[in-house]
Amino acid sequence: MSSQAAAATLDHHHDPTTSTGIPNKKLLMWAFLASDCMFFGCLISTHLIYRLHPPPGTPIARQVFSIELTSFSTFILLMSSLMMALAVNAIQKGNLKSMRWSLLTTIFFGCIFLGCQVFEFNTFVHEKHLTITNSILGTTFFTLTGTHGLHVLIGVIWLSGMLLYSFTGNLTQKDAIDVESMGLYWHFVDIVWIVIFTAVYLLEYI
Amino acid sequence: MEALAKTDFIAKEEQAAKPFVLWRPTAQTGLMSWLTTVDHKRIGLLYGASALFFLVVGGLEALFIRIQLAVPNNTFLSSAQYNEMFTMHATTMIFLVVMPLGAAFFNFIMPLQIGARDVAFPRLNAFSFWTFLVGAIILNIGWFRPDGAPDAGWFGYTPLTTRTYSPTHAVDMWVMGLQLLGVASIAAALNFIVTIINLRAPGMAMMRLPVFTWMTLVTSFLIILSFPAITIALVEIMMDRLFGTNFFEVSNGGMPILWQHLFWIFGHPEVYILILPAMGIISEILPTFARKPLFGYPIVVFSGASIGFLGFGVWSHHMFTTGMGTVATAAFALMTMAIAVPTGVKIFNWIGTLWGGHLTMRTPMMFALGFVWMFMIGGFSGIMHAAAPADLQQHGSYFIVAHFHYVLIGGSLFALLAGIQYWFPLMFGRRVSEFWGKTSFWVIFVGFNVTFFPMHFLGLEGMPRRTFTYDGNMGWNLGNFICTVGAFILGIGLAIYLIAMVYAYYKGPRSLKDPWDARTLEWSLPNPPPVYNFQVTPTIHARDSWWYEKQHADEIAKEEAEHAKAEDTHGGIHMPFQSIYPILAGLGILIGSIGVSVVDPADPTKYPGFWGPKIAVTIIGGAIMFVAVVLWSLEGNEGYHIHLNPDGSIKGDGAQKHY
Repeated sequence: MSSQAAAATLDHHHDPTTSTGIPNKKLLMWAFLASDCMFFGCLISTHLIYRLHPPPGTPIARQVFSIELTSFSTFILLMSSLMMALAVNAIQKGNLKSMRWSLLTTIFFGCIFLGCQVFEFNTFVHEKHLTITNSILGTTFFTLTGTHGLHVLIGVIWLSGMLLYSFTGNLTQKDAIDVESMGLYWHFVDIVWIVIFTAVYLLEYI
Repeated sequence: MEALAKTDFIAKEEQAAKPFVLWRPTAQTGLMSWLTTVDHKRIGLLYGASALFFLVVGGLEALFIRIQLAVPNNTFLSSAQYNEMFTMHATTMIFLVVMPLGAAFFNFIMPLQIGARDVAFPRLNAFSFWTFLVGAIILNIGWFRPDGAPDAGWFGYTPLTTRTYSPTHAVDMWVMGLQLLGVASIAAALNFIVTIINLRAPGMAMMRLPVFTWMTLVTSFLIILSFPAITIALVEIMMDRLFGTNFFEVSNGGMPILWQHLFWIFGHPEVYILILPAMGIISEILPTFARKPLFGYPIVVFSGASIGFLGFGVWSHHMFTTGMGTVATAAFALMTMAIAVPTGVKIFNWIGTLWGGHLTMRTPMMFALGFVWMFMIGGFSGIMHAAAPADLQQHGSYFIVAHFHYVLIGGSLFALLAGIQYWFPLMFGRRVSEFWGKTSFWVIFVGFNVTFFPMHFLGLEGMPRRTFTYDGNMGWNLGNFICTVGAFILGIGLAIYLIAMVYAYYKGPRSLKDPWDARTLEWSLPNPPPVYNFQVTPTIHARDSWWYEKQHADEIAKEEAEHAKAEDTHGGIHMPFQSIYPILAGLGILIGSIGVSVVDPADPTKYPGFWGPKIAVTIIGGAIMFVAVVLWSLEGNEGYHIHLNPDGSIKGDGAQKHY
């Protein structure tokens, strides 16, 4: 039978101990992401609804945004997803060294994204005079992108923790699911950003 | 095959112990064993005990409300106290009684029904409970504070909840408490989803799941998809209150109506979160006591699922009076009427189950039959609200109060009381007195109808909800007085029920295994179930699997003996280690939430700049939680193995040796 094959190369897409063959951790992460979709869905809807009803004196979004900077940070975040996928692939093959480099790059890209966001927020508040309290645009913009930034920050902390943990020697090919479910989260955060980038930024330039 | 059957757990056995030492609690009895438990049965009991405690609290609040309304122009409560009472009565009954009682059964019964040894993530399960408890504490902490308890209604409509109109911390506590209950519910629901999908015993196909497990699954999906809406709504009001944002600030372009939409996108699925577990319980009890399989099992399952789907499309029927426009109103009215179809289908299936059955009138059956009848009355008045023009008249009146109490008490609570009576022998190995059980049923049944039936008429006569008193010349005097008398009868009935239950817990006669001659897998266990649940992982051959096992005893015994031998050679039964970190994380959350919602913002003269007691307490709480979560993940999801003697006792000393 396939028992020899199963013993020789670990099958990362099938867990014989569960009813469906899907690893528990992966199923948990998928279900959580479904839930997280609703979180972002509500925030994005709030932004889109309020965007249609600006009271007089609301700053014009186009004059505040810097589409060049945000496009750059969007690109960096997408590239971090690529590195994340490489990290998952590496650990599934048991290549720890490669996984560490990919994780480190993912973290680095994540930090660049966060840095861009800090810079952006700083510029908006101090130069463009858009604050979280002074207009409905500021309220929805900072809450939505801030919530996303918080997700990225949690992701960066998680990635860093995993990177450090890999040096204890306890992270092996068998634990690839831990990296994989972290990767699912990271990709989701990136995908949400694509939606936010479109709905919050690009929409203002149509 | 051998290699495939070997799991992670066994492969790790040869591995050296972890390099860092983390403290592992091993207490089997006493307080510590409960605080660090990861056993789904114990967590279920913790949920149940908390819920029954809050049932008493919420019940007393209800009695205070009824005393105040017993006679016109009463001064038993001030208007402010009355606001606290109705706010906390509703919040308590929904979030701290009916939901956790449901969670108690999800935890205790569901894994037993699918042949699992625990839920998929035992520590996450413990964390859900402790977070729930913290949320309950934060919600109720106002009673002991000068700010008072939350008083803006369970729906928390803006702009009433903005800082302008609710300047004290009472609303902060309500917001924070509900956030935590949301986190707890979502974490628990994720766990149940993975458990039901992934931890079924061999042969337990989805369409063989007991209906209660099916309803757990549907409810869990409703929880993970609807709670985010209220969480975001609460985040928005929290930002408004703490940081001065403009989400609901009309002068800066905010729209309070947004709150209503977000709240009811959560709020209506929440109604089904409260009733679907009840329907699941009823679908277990009726077949058992009618001694027939459930009539039309697939239809019952699918109608439960379609109630779940449709439940997301009807939220605006709570908002017919806000002027949404005719198209939206018509669409939501039609959708609301449509949802009555699967509900009606279920009722007919229950009647079909009873039809031609050999009915045994035991206490659980009485409550179950009471459920079917009373829930139907609630459903009928619900359908009346679906017609928008009628709803315009009924909105905000006692007619609505009558309607949802028929659904929530006559529906949810009756079913939960039935469930407690039904599973009590399994949970504790003792029987509740049949006489006192039936007495409590009749007193509750009479008290409930005397309380809430007159409210239909009060509502149609124009009595508004949430009014703290009324004049004597409105024609509402008699109705209100009858309601109050009924409320006390209902209270006495519940007291009889609870006392009989507590007495049975200590002194009740021992129950035999499977006392009701039931049909589903949980009854195959000795009572109370041992810590490892199943001596041998069962193999499922039919839908009512325990019934099948009873009919094919020899065949099953042979099969189990074989499997027992196989499992023993594979390393025995895997048990998860207990853990201290879920409750530590909960403690951190408690401290942090007190910082966010109870501590006053810094007085700028005493603490210039950013720092102050509020920030400090919040950060300390957050840090404790973070450390607990990190240690939790370092600790790993490991466990130990036990081997059993043929009589089910654990071989050796059962010590929790690290493998």
